[in-house]
Amino acid sequence: MSILVNKNTRVLTQGITGATGQLHTRACKEYGTQMVGGVVPGKGGTDFEGIPIFDTVEQARKATGANATVIYVPPAFAADAMLEAVAAGIELVICITEGVPVLDMVKVKAYMSGTESRLIGPNCPGIITPGECKIGIMPGYIHEPGDIGVVSRSGTLTYEAVYQLTQLGIGQSTCIGIGGDPIVGTSHIDALKLFNEDPGTRAVIMIGEIGGTAEEEAAEYIKQNFKKPVVAFIAGQTAPKGRRMGHAGAIISGGRGTAADKIAALKAAGITVAMSPADLGTSMQSVLQGKA
Amino acid sequence: MNIHEFQAKQILGRFGAPVPKGQAASTPDEAAAAFKALGQQKVVVKAQIHAGGRGKAGGVKLLSSADEVRDFAGKLLGKPLVTHQTGPEGRVVRRVYVEEASQVACELYLGMLVDRKAGSVSVIASTEGGIDIEEVAAKTPEKILTEPINPLLGVSGFLARKIAFALGLKDKQIGQFTTLLSALYRAFVETDASLIEINPLVVTADGRVICLDAKMSFDDNGLFRHPDIRELRDANEEDPAETEAAKFDLSYVHLDGNIGCMVNGAGLAMATMDIVKLYGAEPANFLDVGGGASTEKVAAAFRILLSDPRVKGVLINIFGGIMRCDVLAQGVVEAAKQVKLNVPLVVRMEGTNVTEGKKILADSGIKVITASDMADAARRIVKEIGA
Repeated sequence: MSILVNKNTRVLTQGITGATGQLHTRACKEYGTQMVGGVVPGKGGTDFEGIPIFDTVEQARKATGANATVIYVPPAFAADAMLEAVAAGIELVICITEGVPVLDMVKVKAYMSGTESRLIGPNCPGIITPGECKIGIMPGYIHEPGDIGVVSRSGTLTYEAVYQLTQLGIGQSTCIGIGGDPIVGTSHIDALKLFNEDPGTRAVIMIGEIGGTAEEEAAEYIKQNFKKPVVAFIAGQTAPKGRRMGHAGAIISGGRGTAADKIAALKAAGITVAMSPADLGTSMQSVLQGKA
Repeated sequence: MNIHEFQAKQILGRFGAPVPKGQAASTPDEAAAAFKALGQQKVVVKAQIHAGGRGKAGGVKLLSSADEVRDFAGKLLGKPLVTHQTGPEGRVVRRVYVEEASQVACELYLGMLVDRKAGSVSVIASTEGGIDIEEVAAKTPEKILTEPINPLLGVSGFLARKIAFALGLKDKQIGQFTTLLSALYRAFVETDASLIEINPLVVTADGRVICLDAKMSFDDNGLFRHPDIRELRDANEEDPAETEAAKFDLSYVHLDGNIGCMVNGAGLAMATMDIVKLYGAEPANFLDVGGGASTEKVAAAFRILLSDPRVKGVLINIFGGIMRCDVLAQGVVEAAKQVKLNVPLVVRMEGTNVTEGKKILADSGIKVITASDMADAARRIVKEIGA
């Protein structure tokens, strides 16, 4: 079992003819994902390696029955692409694009409330249910089907966690990168709620980073409602105050959002916190063996 | 991106927010001329640097003649000003702002920022103006009012009135405040700001509500829409290595340690800094080469790392997703040819094309210590520099 995506998910690529769109549409198709269509305004009627291209998301959805879309368009057009997908009634919208202006996300969030669509990202690696469906830019081969959920604000650090799990012979149910921006569609808590309800997920690795209070809120949620073991890691223990660490969201401001605050909140909620990023896999192994 | 106070006031003034009249000056004579041009009996001369705490540090003074203004500007210009936010080396003052003096009856705080939790822009207001809002938040959080602005509505009249009453404003000030708040919000949205801070917002002796100080920061991701604001970037206020890195679209933050780190992805980069520290050393920087880095970009990153004289060793940690390990290896080899590599280099690579990448490094003749995983990499580099 899994959350959000599986072998039946039918996926569109918005921006399928750009370099990134081509590369990753091909890789996802090779992985076994049902890549059913592409959207590029003005190129409707053509195709990309056999995948039909449409002018609008609405047309693409009608023709292909797609229920998910992945967005690789440049930052200036990303918000419009998200809005178009939501307006067309696509259930799952995944925005990989990095560098989307935050005020554009304010508008997208406001527009989405009350709709049936869910957004993942922007500025994220995407989502994968190993062996069934990969949507995004993560390297497929490091994953292994299994029963551990992974949710993370970071891309490559997620790969690190997944790789450690796979090396130890521990597979994953679904891995979801929620993105490193200040305003994202799906939060840690949203992902945890889905993992909580998924019978195929036995435990969860949650990877957070400095900035904001999302991890503290997740800790509170886990304490109150989460029924499965959680292993957490917070990146940025050494980051200085007031400096933005790459991700637009990764900044300690006004003394809030420090790694120490987050780790304390997580521990107080009874969550196993890996202090070293090298211990993510082994921490989960101990938890599964009932040693932690 | 941050800008100076006088620039923020120009922008806010353009959107109709009440700001005192003033002129920026970069020489003592210009400052004296600004005094005359303003035609006021009293002016305030303020050092323009990207840091708070200027008043306490002696960078702000109330003056009443052209000669006084010239003298004071002469004392500030070209010299570092040390405030509690600048660090011990201070920031060199390159401009002063000469502004008409205001008779202050009452100091308030007004801020506007992107609120992650609300998913919108929020207003922060407090009756405790003129001091650090962080201090107020820590000691008397009940004196801070936070109100999200609905992006579909903008600043509604009732919302502005609610904040105005909470600030203790009355009569005509309520209307003035409503206009001011709307102007601030328009400025925020139309310039892709990430922060506007008016501290203090003041009520003058004659009952007007004005922005006595102003700070503005912008969302770097929105700057492509605002070439005029991008022009306001002041390279003097930024670390030269960071400016150089920005040219190559690299995300680099200079830190105080001696292990140079090069990583792909912000989260993994922070985690790499953390593990260096866990093994007893300090990272010299945060450096994210990004997802689809080219050979040139990797080479530039490597040069920037080594330009820091404190760097005693380099740790490269790459988990290839979009980033291919062979491209990374090629970049490192190229850069090592350009700059003389005379510190130990530990490389940990995993992911896309890792076998090819390892082969390129092995065949290059560069002395590379390869590590099997993150912990091994940190252990080895710390051992190499003898920390």
